[in-house]
Amino acid sequence: MSNLSKLQQVLDSGQFTVTAEIGPPKHSSAEGIRHHAEMMQDYVDATNITDNQTAIVRMSSIAAGVHVLNSGIEPIIQMTCRDRNRIAMQSDLLGAYSLGMRNVLCLSGDHQKFGNHPTAKNVYDVDSMQLIENLRRMRDEKVFFCGEAIKEAEPQFFIGAVANPFADPFEFRVDRLEKKVNAGAQFIQTQCIFDMERFERFMEMVRERGLDQRVHILAGVTPMKSWRAASYMQNNVSGMIVPDELVERLKNAEDPKREGLDICIEQIKYIKEKIKGVHGVHIMAIAWEEVVPEIVEKSGLYPRPKVD
Amino acid sequence: MPEFEPKIVAFCCRYCAYTAADLAGSMRLQYSPNIRVVEMPCSGTIEHGLILSTFEKGVDGVYIAGCNLGDCHFLKGNVRAIKRVAAVKKILDEIGLGGERLEFFHVPASEGTKFAQVANEMTERIRQLGPSPLNKNAAGNAQKEGGQTA
Amino acid sequence: MIVAQQKPVSEIAQMISDCKKVLFLGCAGCVTVCLAGGEKETDVLASAIRIKRTLESNPLEATTFTCTRQCDPEYIVGIDNLVKDVDAIVSLACGVGVQYLAERFKDKWVVPALDTKFIGGSVVHGLWEEKCGLCGECILHRTGGICPIIRCSKSILNGPCGGSQHGKCEVDKDVDCAWQLIYDRMRALGKLDKLMEIQPIKDWSKSRDGGPRKAIREDVMIDE
Repeated sequence: MSNLSKLQQVLDSGQFTVTAEIGPPKHSSAEGIRHHAEMMQDYVDATNITDNQTAIVRMSSIAAGVHVLNSGIEPIIQMTCRDRNRIAMQSDLLGAYSLGMRNVLCLSGDHQKFGNHPTAKNVYDVDSMQLIENLRRMRDEKVFFCGEAIKEAEPQFFIGAVANPFADPFEFRVDRLEKKVNAGAQFIQTQCIFDMERFERFMEMVRERGLDQRVHILAGVTPMKSWRAASYMQNNVSGMIVPDELVERLKNAEDPKREGLDICIEQIKYIKEKIKGVHGVHIMAIAWEEVVPEIVEKSGLYPRPKVD
Repeated sequence: MPEFEPKIVAFCCRYCAYTAADLAGSMRLQYSPNIRVVEMPCSGTIEHGLILSTFEKGVDGVYIAGCNLGDCHFLKGNVRAIKRVAAVKKILDEIGLGGERLEFFHVPASEGTKFAQVANEMTERIRQLGPSPLNKNAAGNAQKEGGQTA
Repeated sequence: MIVAQQKPVSEIAQMISDCKKVLFLGCAGCVTVCLAGGEKETDVLASAIRIKRTLESNPLEATTFTCTRQCDPEYIVGIDNLVKDVDAIVSLACGVGVQYLAERFKDKWVVPALDTKFIGGSVVHGLWEEKCGLCGECILHRTGGICPIIRCSKSILNGPCGGSQHGKCEVDKDVDCAWQLIYDRMRALGKLDKLMEIQPIKDWSKSRDGGPRKAIREDVMIDE
């Protein structure tokens, strides 16, 4: 089993990278995940496996990652700070590495209030920044979070983090990204971009500080099925900006699904051609995984590079 | 059996309802003899505990009479009284005595008629409700130790 | 102060439904200030439950008293005579007071009338807000005097997370994002560079995770 992450190789080679997202199911069958993975196999370089997203209980991201890996795609294991203390985190990460996972995305995680167990006790023993820093130390300094040496076979993860250019305070978002890079983040996936203008301003600040030279930034995009979905995100999802024009465009469309895909494809092309410093795109087709191949193809990102 | 004559305590603000009671008297107005007036420096001096202990003593109804909104001599005493009455009504509902045995009324000093009207209205309401289960002297409660759930 | 709130009357009544004689014991400490368990609240609760029990034809003999503090042994020693012949004590103190009573009066049924909520302060009369997470190792000097342990819904030490928008937390539009407050204050103080330091993972053994904590000042201890 190769030690090097395929995602890292593609990004380091300077090619415009494509990642997607597979949400594990709310049951114990891997059939759906395998189906999605096989379908996306040739179209993406890696896929994120979400970790109980929106705090709804789903199949473990690491277990789902094994199914995805066996179906031919490299997984990016998401790990939130909500559900595990530092002991469980490290234990799970050692296990994940042993199972062939090479990429980890570190996030705070949605608050449990939004999920199906709102009365749960959250953990937040460690925050995403600290998780990044300590994962890097595991790899580079061969130590556990407590400082004790890892005597052999330290996990050598390719470490990812998230950035949300649409959250506040806007001025601090680039600072925080820099902080994550300083902590050890090697790739960044952004929150879904709908407000392109704000993302461009964000990237301008990123380039001013040379952060695009220090970390691989993948721009997050999400195809929307209907204006209702867009409007929901606009009003109910914190840290998300959806311009009215976009909602209107979907509202006026004869075939809203088609329109949603077209918007997404336009966004990808725009990001790839017009915004400097972006190294790839992260397609979050939430509960709509089957459209990923089409989006990739029509955005001119097919075929994907081959890596050993 | 004689008709039930409720015993009602009216906590009356000195600056409005209590003065209105005097006026009602001067006007020779007839009003319910069932009420017992307690003069208060302001309706805002009423407290949760006082209302409850009044009920514990066996009265059938209690009301607090204060100034119109905006007319309180102490600016907001009546507003506070209204909130406290609402809170105690909730407790009375929860413990089974019933919040309707308690009320707040606005009775300005210049309205003797309103004073009489409120006294009659509350008496009628309590008469309909029947004696408080805590009223040991009321017919029907005397022999039953502790009364019954209202 | 410790902020507590009274449980529903019916719930408290249920705890002592088989008792005939009960002491309702208030506390003149924090819970008096937050209007949950002082003298007045004790009288109101006793009165309410007495009425309820009378209506249920199960009369209750209820006495009331309010201690200076229920969290100091000195102040509960003095109530021995009040406790002697009651079936139960309803404590209107925080969880500390209830435990002190249970410890001293080993043969008495002691029940809590309050839910101990948090430590905080008052915002306006009648509104209290949580301010301190009791983490055991204060970091307010690093966060501009605003506590992220308790005021950030995720206790994030390197915030704000991606759920902060328009100064509010993703959890509730009425909840201020603690990290927005921290950012604003650090900016006003010209100390934004401090926020670029990565705050290390916290030693939670100084918090409740290390078992019941003790605080000691040997210089004031009295040797017998």
